[in-house]
Amino acid sequence: MTDGSGLSPSPFADYKPPMDRGAAMVEANRCLNCYDAPCIRECPTGIDIPGFIKKIASENMRGSARVILEANILGASCARVCPTEELCEGACVLHDLHEEPIQIGRLQRYATDPVVLGEKALFKPAPSNGRSVACIGAGPASLGCAAELAQLGYEVVVFEKAEQPGGLNTYGIADYKMDYATALAEIEWVKQLGVSIRCNTEVGEDVSVASLFEDFDAVFMGVGLSGVSPVGIPGEELEGSQDALDFIAELKTHPKDDVSLKGKRVAVIGGGNTAIDAVTQASRLGAEKVYMVYRRTRERMGAYAHEQELARKDGGIFVLESMPVEILGEYGRVIGLKCQKTRSDADGRLEPVPGSEFVLDVERVFRATGQAKRVGFFDTIDGLEFDARGKVIADEHGRTSVKGLWTGGDCVSGGKEVVNAVAEGKRAAMSIHQTLEGAE
Amino acid sequence: MADLSCNIAGIKSPNPFWLASAPPTNTGYQVANAFEAGWGGAVWKTLGQPIVNTWSRYGAMDLNGQKIVGLNNIELITDRPLEVNLKEIYEVKKRFPNNAIIVSLMVESKREAWHEIVKKAEDAGADGLELNFGCPHGMSERGMGAAVGQVPEYCQQITEWVKEVATVPVLVKLTPNVTDIRYPARAAKAAGADGVSLINTINSVIGLDIDTLAPRPTVNGWSSHGGYCGPAVKPIALNMLSQIATDPETLGLPISGIGGVSTWKDAVEFIALGATSVQVCTAVMHYGFRIIEDLCDGLSNYLDERSMTLQELQGISLERIHDWKELDLNYVVNARIDQEKCIGCGLCYTACEDGAHQAIFSERRDDGRTFVEVKPDACVGCNLCSLVCPVDGCIEMVQIPNDFESCSWEEYSSGEGVLAPRPTYER
Repeated sequence: MTDGSGLSPSPFADYKPPMDRGAAMVEANRCLNCYDAPCIRECPTGIDIPGFIKKIASENMRGSARVILEANILGASCARVCPTEELCEGACVLHDLHEEPIQIGRLQRYATDPVVLGEKALFKPAPSNGRSVACIGAGPASLGCAAELAQLGYEVVVFEKAEQPGGLNTYGIADYKMDYATALAEIEWVKQLGVSIRCNTEVGEDVSVASLFEDFDAVFMGVGLSGVSPVGIPGEELEGSQDALDFIAELKTHPKDDVSLKGKRVAVIGGGNTAIDAVTQASRLGAEKVYMVYRRTRERMGAYAHEQELARKDGGIFVLESMPVEILGEYGRVIGLKCQKTRSDADGRLEPVPGSEFVLDVERVFRATGQAKRVGFFDTIDGLEFDARGKVIADEHGRTSVKGLWTGGDCVSGGKEVVNAVAEGKRAAMSIHQTLEGAE
Repeated sequence: MADLSCNIAGIKSPNPFWLASAPPTNTGYQVANAFEAGWGGAVWKTLGQPIVNTWSRYGAMDLNGQKIVGLNNIELITDRPLEVNLKEIYEVKKRFPNNAIIVSLMVESKREAWHEIVKKAEDAGADGLELNFGCPHGMSERGMGAAVGQVPEYCQQITEWVKEVATVPVLVKLTPNVTDIRYPARAAKAAGADGVSLINTINSVIGLDIDTLAPRPTVNGWSSHGGYCGPAVKPIALNMLSQIATDPETLGLPISGIGGVSTWKDAVEFIALGATSVQVCTAVMHYGFRIIEDLCDGLSNYLDERSMTLQELQGISLERIHDWKELDLNYVVNARIDQEKCIGCGLCYTACEDGAHQAIFSERRDDGRTFVEVKPDACVGCNLCSLVCPVDGCIEMVQIPNDFESCSWEEYSSGEGVLAPRPTYER
């Protein structure tokens, strides 16, 4: 926290801060430049990682940014939010030498920030090929698809119901990884490729799905997921009980002082990466105690190990093998979270332990128990197949059961990384291109 | 602790480490500090007619993030008045009687001029003299430095003039900017020089500032060729040193080795190839006089661990320097990859495939790792894979025994020897 001098770092400062030139040079020169590098294989967008790193080492910064952004148009945000520990950096051969892996994420940020945030044009909009594609939703999958198509000469229009484009990148990622302004700056840069984005325009409400099929040669659907559904326990309607994603979005779009949790006690329900984000953000907003309530063991948590470590460092208190049974209230406001211990039965199923109820004394409860699928929207599209869990069915190229409709991102995967969404959007774009070319 | 005391051509110092004639020996202040830190000797920055230097003077070559692997300079001899230098030499010598002060000299190619400066240097207390026949820039344009060192007759003539009056040992500092370093060395010996020191700096343009396209070091947008030194020049120095040390005409001529000495290990190499003392400059310009502690400590530990004296080390590797035609063509080695140590970076594969003899096989394994193995019938034992491998001891060159007697090119071409079969792998 600040000491009043203004010199101490903000609690929302980057947790992977930008590198200066000297540090980047040392790090870039550590890269061995492997043959058939394992880091590339672990990158869903297949960035030539040793290639861009060696360009940093030779101070070919423009070339380095190009290598990254040609493979992944959201390379600047992925540099921040990718779980590099699990992906590229996790595959680095230096682990075998018992050395720290190359800090690929930070180098990627070093290479892309000047171009992306500096709004330097790197790619030119391609000459028009006379065809057009509509993208539903302006999240990472659609942006990945749109950027790829725009560079091939397509007229691309992206429809977004929110006030700003970006989806999860803009609204749903904890601030110390990705701030609101950076997310928007990156999208500005995508727009420079000629992509047009119409915000405050909901497909199915403001624009009909049918009209998209009429007005465009193809449609890409990158609608992601909906908000976090209720847990289904009494008291969820109380003031102080909230969807964790709404909490994160609120924090990103409002001055921090307006959303202070100073002195408050908070419980976050869930064990995924969103739950971790809610824990760290609540703690950095000054919460006195932050509990993370998860019904299974720590090993079973969906959140990556390094994310769990972040929550632990921020003072998060893990309340494991415990399930919430009721949110307690007084005068319409949350005053506690009643939980019950759990255990696995003989079949491995989770069951509550009778008589083990306990109450966490909290004023706020955030739900991070998994996002709902957009089944209602899918129902409005004739012939669109989705599975019992509400995930759209698509082949490896993103083709759906509907002719002319491609898809990708969280609405297909059920919730993965930004980088996966970009990769899927890109793959769909290639498939759209091949299909439309073939139709000629 | 091993005895590191050194006696080269009669110049004695407590250890073989001297500061080379260069910016670190500009002043009495510096030389006294160096002796305090433990340096055995110092070759005082070249005396002559004080000259005027440019701003700036040094340029560096950095490599892969490492600073100053090579350095060049366009600085000339001392720009301080002769009388001041002489007075300081006198004072330092008086304060440090056991340390060697060698005075570097460079004056016009006139007998009287040389006689005069030699006498003055000796009067100031020099333990030895070093004739600077090496400076490649500026002074050579005025008929001094390398202009002398590049012509054996001039080397001989001026050395003879010096020897006419000198009463202390005389070393001749040679320029590497010649096609064969042995000729000026022979000339120096013929003139009665007590030893040679080498190498002086190498002609170089260290590089450009690619933003302004001005060469470095930049003097108001222009530059000149300069003298190259630092770690990058060591191999050139070692070669020239060994050439002089193995030349029958200069055999036994004392040598003070110079050129990229940065660590005690470099010193071991110079001494094993025939140097008696070694001179250091760039490493001091980079890290200061304090490096002397490890230079002495490392050399001493090395000798102690091998139960060897400094004198025994001196020149010990010279017998292993031969002409290529004498090397054994039947000595066969192959690369062997230690699969336990291999981290799968595949650098050996890339190097062998593109840069050598396509003798490494590579495959992506199911677990995502890159597997590499040497094709024994294709490996020519060139070494490249082991040089690029980032893991200590992962790729070793192992001897492959065969039934053939050793055979050199000389023996083979004269019909005396038989060659073992060479790899026949079809590419």
